Amino acid sequence: MKYMLLFAGSEEYFDSFRSFPEDVQKAALARVDQWSRENTAAGRLLEGHRLQPSSTATTVRLQHAQNGMPNGKALITDGPFIDAKERIGGYVIIEVPDLDAAIAMAKSWPAGGTIEIRPLADLQEA
Amino acid sequence: MIEGSTQAVELGEIFRDHAGRLVDGLMRRIRDFDLAEESVQEAVIEALDHWPREGVPERPGAWLAAVAHRKALDRIRREVRYREKVAELTSRPLDSYAEPEDRLRLMFVCCHPALSRDAQVALTLRAVLGLTTTEIARALLTSEAAIAQRIVRAKRKIDLAGIAYRMPDDSELIERLEHLLAVIYLLFNEGYLTTSGPEPLRRDLAEDAEWLAALLTRLLPSQAEPLGLLALIRLQRARSAARFDRAGDIVLFEDQDRALWDREAIASGIKLIERAAALGPPGPYQVQAAIAALYAEAPSFDRTDWKQAVLLYDLLVRLDPSPVAQLNRAIALERVEGAAAALAGVDELADELAGYHLFHATRGRFLQELGRRDEAASAYREALGLTANPAERSLLERRLGDC
Repeated sequence: MKYMLLFAGSEEYFDSFRSFPEDVQKAALARVDQWSRENTAAGRLLEGHRLQPSSTATTVRLQHAQNGMPNGKALITDGPFIDAKERIGGYVIIEVPDLDAAIAMAKSWPAGGTIEIRPLADLQEA
Repeated sequence: MIEGSTQAVELGEIFRDHAGRLVDGLMRRIRDFDLAEESVQEAVIEALDHWPREGVPERPGAWLAAVAHRKALDRIRREVRYREKVAELTSRPLDSYAEPEDRLRLMFVCCHPALSRDAQVALTLRAVLGLTTTEIARALLTSEAAIAQRIVRAKRKIDLAGIAYRMPDDSELIERLEHLLAVIYLLFNEGYLTTSGPEPLRRDLAEDAEWLAALLTRLLPSQAEPLGLLALIRLQRARSAARFDRAGDIVLFEDQDRALWDREAIASGIKLIERAAALGPPGPYQVQAAIAALYAEAPSFDRTDWKQAVLLYDLLVRLDPSPVAQLNRAIALERVEGAAAALAGVDELADELAGYHLFHATRGRFLQELGRRDEAASAYREALGLTANPAERSLLERRLGDC
């Protein structure tokens, strides 16, 4: 099964990371790099990215006609669409046999924070 | 009336013996949890319709297996998405006794930490114990629609999120076992608190919990905590007969007639603690059982070894630093150091336990002891606002009257 792991953390969590000395930051990123390489080699990690800070996010809120379909208009705003305490810092797409394997992978994530696991569904399927 | 209700209890025991096995057996065949669970539930409901009128068949398990099998086939034939499963079911009939069953795996799936605790409880009751949705709703004092929805959602999550039907890995076993034990203990507490004397039409969840804990000790014989939990449940149930007076009101632990305690159950609980102790260092259920044993063995309430109880609670709080454990520690501490010290300990828990009626009830007692009547009364009122249980409410109202 394919899952998305969404990595989240509080604003302070991301700030504190940026305030660490450079060598500490480097060592942490090296652990993340190792995690990625190991899981890619094992065929579990399909793709993933770190995201630029949520302050760089732009939200496009589509307007809907009466029939519920988009009417071509949209509201563009600065910032992430969820006004939550936690910010999404990155994501990976993984392929593992079941949820337990996905949980095990999330538990092995070396950078701390909070991880949401979501099973992927095909775009064209109901 | 009495005959009918006795029969209801007996039927419940039959379902409990077979339901989990059948779900597991079907699951092994068709690898579809929803379909397996739903078919067994339908078989139970059909049995409830037939057996009271026609009598219980000689081999009730085989009867249920045959009906569950037929129900599964009906459903498969109706639904296109199940087509490929027809061959698996028609090739071999389901005989629940022909192959080794694995209810343990079923229990771990029902109590998977990715499901909410409410869902874990409802699924365990239905899939493992074979209760109907109606019985679950009645036992948990909630609506049938709410339970039905909880079960549908949980099974949908199992399917869509890819919760596999298998045992946890060895490295996960201890952590996953904690969820199983927590669900069983929660069932016990639900049953223990909501049962105020013989209520023939309501399922005794405390008894089901004891049965489940006993099953778990057999399925995981090398683990100490299932033994600890079974001991704890047995020791608490040993006091059942003394917990309510004739009017159905709660009799406080200190006022209970100890002659009504079940000495055999107490001895058996203590034996279980000894068996658990031989398996390794104690876990939280074993320590709670040891405390229950200490209380059960004391010649009277006043001659209980309260110092030893506080020491055991200290150990418990170290193993399980939950506010509820700390609240219980304060209750023992009151006997050793007095109400003022106990109250100070309890007040520290205010933030975490603000929504827990027993926190306010305990505070009320300490305040009452200290002669702070107005504060005691308001604590009791707070507690009353947080529990719907009639026996607990009547006790709190009596206390409030004394303020």
